[in-house]
Amino acid sequence: MDMSAYPLELPENDRPMVRFMNVTKSYGSLTVLDRLNLDVRRGEMVSVIGPSGSGKTTVLRMLMTLETISDGVIYVDGKPLTHMERGGVLVPADERHLRRMRASIGMCFQHFNLFPHMTALRNCMEGPVQVLGLSEREARTRSEELLAMVGMIDKKDQHPSRLSGGQQQRVAIARALAMRPRIMLFDEVTSALDPEVIGEVTNVIRKLVAEHDLTMLMVTHQMGFARDISDRICFFYKGQIEEQGPPEAFFTSPQRERTQQFLRAVKDAD
Amino acid sequence: MSFDWKWEFTWAILPRLLAATLNTLMAAGIGYAIALVVGLALALGQRSGSRALTLALREFIEFVRSTPLVLQIFFIFYVGPQFGITLSPWVSGMLAIGLHYSAYLSEVYRAGIEAVPRGQWEACRALNMSTRDTYRRIVIPQALPASIPGMGNYLVGIFKDTPMLSVIGVAELMQAANSIGSETYRFLEPYTMVGVIFLAISLPVAGLVHLLEARVRRKLGM
Repeated sequence: MDMSAYPLELPENDRPMVRFMNVTKSYGSLTVLDRLNLDVRRGEMVSVIGPSGSGKTTVLRMLMTLETISDGVIYVDGKPLTHMERGGVLVPADERHLRRMRASIGMCFQHFNLFPHMTALRNCMEGPVQVLGLSEREARTRSEELLAMVGMIDKKDQHPSRLSGGQQQRVAIARALAMRPRIMLFDEVTSALDPEVIGEVTNVIRKLVAEHDLTMLMVTHQMGFARDISDRICFFYKGQIEEQGPPEAFFTSPQRERTQQFLRAVKDAD
Repeated sequence: MSFDWKWEFTWAILPRLLAATLNTLMAAGIGYAIALVVGLALALGQRSGSRALTLALREFIEFVRSTPLVLQIFFIFYVGPQFGITLSPWVSGMLAIGLHYSAYLSEVYRAGIEAVPRGQWEACRALNMSTRDTYRRIVIPQALPASIPGMGNYLVGIFKDTPMLSVIGVAELMQAANSIGSETYRFLEPYTMVGVIFLAISLPVAGLVHLLEARVRRKLGM
């Protein structure tokens, strides 16, 4: 691929928090994302929706560098994430570059992925201590504050196996926030939860939107929630953005045939 | 043939057998220590991402597992000198048995590591943890409980295989029983006692491994 078309850095006056530039992801002959171009502004909350297999989760996983990309470049705060500069051109990033860039991104997963051999508190402290080099005491203070924020302070000494799904997800959010990311990714964080505990997780996310200037990307199947809290909805279909816009306009008057079909289908399912 | 067990003779040879048992335990202990460390290196090396290294290590493991231990012992002891590597029976024996079991232990480790869900690795990555911390703090502690039964089996296995070292003259328990037999023409008591001694050590070890596994699981909150 010709990398000369991609700037080494984005210009000062055009620096979204995240920019996907012609990003393609394919597995063999299967193309999951097809030349995706997407900007996310500083502090923006973007919800990514779409049928399964539309590539929406892949968007988040590539941004978290859990997947490599096949073509294109992702920029974070104006600097290339997936690539680095070598002799005036962009080359695929090495692990060192990825570790430096990843520091500003946090992620929560559908299945929480808490460390089962550690208490809720230790789960939150682990990153700050091992990665950021905080003292045990500093990490504890920071983690306890966050566990209090997500309403889990009284369970801080429990192991994940003793917590409900909703409780585990709230600990996972605190764990990600303890790293002080500037971008938070939520990958179907309520999909594995029992209906009655979904609210306790969405309330935490609402609080984040209201009180923090985090940039957020969220993949979700909860249309009502997405509509409430997002600045923008992106509807993915077959590896491309089929339609996007502010939630009111998107949900009340979708323009594209496929968007209308999808919204009808999820409405019927409710 | 009449069954003719002599207690007097049994008591007389017992000190000599017990002294040799110490050597057997030492051989098993040192061999196991080598196997634990080399086995971990073999398991982690296969996950390094280097195809060539992974392939080379797999070949080594397959080779070790597909050829008899006694051949490997002979090879190191008798063929080694032709390549300028001359080792004493003890060192050859430890090396052979240690390397042999490292191949098996690496598979135990590998299975343990592979049983750790992918989500755990991804969580480490999302927290920006180094590969080293990911293994040290997250993966190995979770792989350990599942690996302990296998590790315990091979501890007993290596102990039971130490008699093979008698073929190159390591003075362990089997060698002592053989010597007693050829000196006195009595084989019943020495060989029976060897069996009793092996049993008396293997059974409690297997029990201890079981306890250890339960304890580790509890300690890790799993």
